[in-house]
Amino acid sequence: MSVLSFHEVSVRYGAHTVLNGVSLEVPAGRTVGLVGESGCGKSTLARAAVGLAPVTGGHILLDGRPVPNRGRRPVQMVFQDPYSSLDPRMTVGESIAEALPERLPKKARQAEIARLLALVHLDAARAGDLPGRLSGGQRQRVALARALAARPEVILADEITSALDVSVQGAVLNLIRDMRRDLGLSMLFISHDLAVVRYVADHVAVLHDGEIVEQGPTARVLGDPRHDYTRHLLAAALPLKEQT
Amino acid sequence: MRPVGVAGLGLLGAVVFVAAFGPVLWGDQATVVDTGNLLAGPSAQHWIGTDNLGRDLFARVLVAARLSILLALAATAISLVLGIVLGAAPVLVGRRTGRFITSAVNVLVAFPGLLLVLFFAVVFGVGARGAALAVGLAGAPAFARLCHTLVAAVSERDYIAAARIAGVSRIRILLRHVLPNIAEPLVVNATMAAGGVLLTFAGLSFLGLGVQAPDYDWGKLMQDGLNGIYVHPLAALGPGIAVVLAGLAFNLTGEAFAAAPGRVRPLGPARGPSVRTAPVPGAVLSVDDLRVTMPGPVHAVRGVTFTVGEGEAVGLVGESGSGKSVTALAVAGLLEPPVRVEANHLVVAGEEDHRRLGTSLAVVFQDPMTSFNPAHRVGPQLAEVSRFHQGMSRRTAFARAVDRLRAVRIREPERRARQYPFEFSGGMRQRAMIGMGLMGNPRLIVADEPTTALDVTVQRQVLELLAEVRRETGAALLLISHDVSVVTDVCDRVLVMYAGRVVEELPAGDLRARARHPYTRALVAAVPDLETDLDRPLAVIPGLPVDPMSAPAGCAFAPRCPLADDHCRAVAPPLLAGVACHKTAEVRV
Ligand SMILES: Nc1ncnc2c1ncn2[C@@H]1O[C@H](COP(=O)(O)OP(=O)(O)O)[C@@H](O)[C@H]1O
Ligand code: SF4
Ligand SMILES: [Mg+2]
Repeated sequence: MSVLSFHEVSVRYGAHTVLNGVSLEVPAGRTVGLVGESGCGKSTLARAAVGLAPVTGGHILLDGRPVPNRGRRPVQMVFQDPYSSLDPRMTVGESIAEALPERLPKKARQAEIARLLALVHLDAARAGDLPGRLSGGQRQRVALARALAARPEVILADEITSALDVSVQGAVLNLIRDMRRDLGLSMLFISHDLAVVRYVADHVAVLHDGEIVEQGPTARVLGDPRHDYTRHLLAAALPLKEQT
Repeated sequence: MRPVGVAGLGLLGAVVFVAAFGPVLWGDQATVVDTGNLLAGPSAQHWIGTDNLGRDLFARVLVAARLSILLALAATAISLVLGIVLGAAPVLVGRRTGRFITSAVNVLVAFPGLLLVLFFAVVFGVGARGAALAVGLAGAPAFARLCHTLVAAVSERDYIAAARIAGVSRIRILLRHVLPNIAEPLVVNATMAAGGVLLTFAGLSFLGLGVQAPDYDWGKLMQDGLNGIYVHPLAALGPGIAVVLAGLAFNLTGEAFAAAPGRVRPLGPARGPSVRTAPVPGAVLSVDDLRVTMPGPVHAVRGVTFTVGEGEAVGLVGESGSGKSVTALAVAGLLEPPVRVEANHLVVAGEEDHRRLGTSLAVVFQDPMTSFNPAHRVGPQLAEVSRFHQGMSRRTAFARAVDRLRAVRIREPERRARQYPFEFSGGMRQRAMIGMGLMGNPRLIVADEPTTALDVTVQRQVLELLAEVRRETGAALLLISHDVSVVTDVCDRVLVMYAGRVVEELPAGDLRARARHPYTRALVAAVPDLETDLDRPLAVIPGLPVDPMSAPAGCAFAPRCPLADDHCRAVAPPLLAGVACHKTAEVRV
């Protein structure tokens, strides 16, 4: 179990500041929800932690040391779009095998792939399928299995259910909760859906225009929001008819 | 494949055959010296004459095919490999160095190709090898640019990022993920380029910079024949024709590959004339037994019957793949062959015509970016609708577009109308899309997942806008969504679709607490809200949606239904009193 911490992290693209001095901690074995509207920098924060976005200020530490930026990363990420997250020309098994930290003999590799597929509640027979034959929910589970294959300490889940049907979303959210319980993973769970974040996260941080405007235990932030922007988000999440 | 493609492939086959077996079949004939027939014209014995040693030129043209083709292929291969390496530079050496290489390539592409070829030919020296290198190098920038574009598109896919995070090396990413996914367009382009290279090569040899005696390719033969061009034109024209034919073979084949559509099995004709029924009076939209079949065959919609009353808001919910979008497209008349649409009737605002869009019907799609043409300004795109359907002048139509943008609460509509779609945010594009629907006077608005791609706060605004538009225009709404809460918020009545059928129809207010179909209940239970019990797992629907290629005979939901029995699996339940389930009596409300 590891702690992922962001210290005054800034990301700038040219003159455009995407993140401005963001400090956030993902404690060991905990799930931290990150909410905010699209374009506010949620994905950039996650991408910065795995070296996909340039950190122009501050630092990102894993257990007090810089996150390794080469080779297998102990921080793994799962992406939003199930249709872009798997190589259409590689089978499920090949995609997962690619993330395994060491080269295994064929038998052992197949057993490991089957184990990982079982973790995300997929049948081992799926290993031979190309992504084209999987539904969106199944693809996201394969993407999770691939992230787990790398034996990560921390998982960054970037809007992983927002492209899914509600019926499938439930299964993926349950899976996320099971994984935290059984594997003790630390997780940064990004979403714009407050109900979803409330369900999976212990802590929640609200990002607005590249800055964290509020953070704290989920129940407190959603039950007693202190920042106007948080209240605004909460209002939008209530049914239209109940509001008026 | 079109005839042109067939001709190209046939020609290419012939060219390859000659290149492969030419030297074996005609090699001897091409070297026999006929001293009695030096520099002779065409005759029965020598179809296009002989050269200065009396050797048969036709045979020599055939034999020269191998060298000509091989050199062209070699040069193309050099271009291709170099092009891939340069084009993939951003992946291989990182962004910054990559950008430098890309700019260098862009400068090189701007140079006239011939100039580059001649420059390199001089650098590498006279001869076949030098010429191949020269032509190959000169062709590389064009390939590099193509590769760069293709690679850039693939590199943005998340699986590339995932591979990087998994620690896969750059080379392996290129070989395993990037190249396989850009191979198709690359091969097509290389094939077409080979035709051009063939021509360039012939040119070099013709100029004496390429193949040297005693070897000969088509260019060399043309050069040899040039001296006698006024006496025996065929001696020079013969190899020239060979170049043209071979070049055409490559080009046409490449074009044919590029244009080949995805392979689909066409559908048979519709099953006989179906029953015609009359539309329900007073309904804006009346649909009876709608069936939509895609090539496959995929039975996307399997008999859907419903109406939308004047000014009513009806929701259509269900998982993706349940046929919601296809139903919407059929209603809008936007499905074209090979998709087959059948219905006993499908009437919008009293019309069965398929061009309802833009007048009595407006459509809003999920992805507002793809619904607009990115190359045109927003205002004129809206205006286009009225110019086309209402025959308005350019100016009146533009004025109406501005007015409609104002109606959908876009600030500074005059300025915004002159902007391009990419200058709009997602929510604004969706507003503009609704504005486009309002260019006519729609009686029905069909909105397919209009807010799914948007943020909660923007979602809210778009839904409010739709409600407002309905209040002001009295238009009816068919709102499609996989999000139960969006539909309950906005609609009066809800249709629940599963596997191409409506399984339940109920007032929106009853959806949460009084649904009777097991699927509807499961769907509602699966959505977490701000009151969901945190100590229990979320309700899920076990199993997978039905594969539309093989919808079962009985109730399509049976494999996932906790109440299913043999009767359910054998007999499809009809939609009775708003619900299609054999066991509604057992489902406690
Ligand atoms: N162009 C197409 N070719 C073949 N099948 C298609 C095509 N478009 C949609 N389908 C199939 O039609 C079914 C219904 O799709 P759709 O209406 O998009 O579902 P929904 O709107 O409920 O998400 C799905 O099984 C889908 O795979
Ligand atoms: S008909 Fe049977 S299988 Fe289908 S939903 Fe009703 S109870 Fe379930
Ligand atoms: Mg759809």
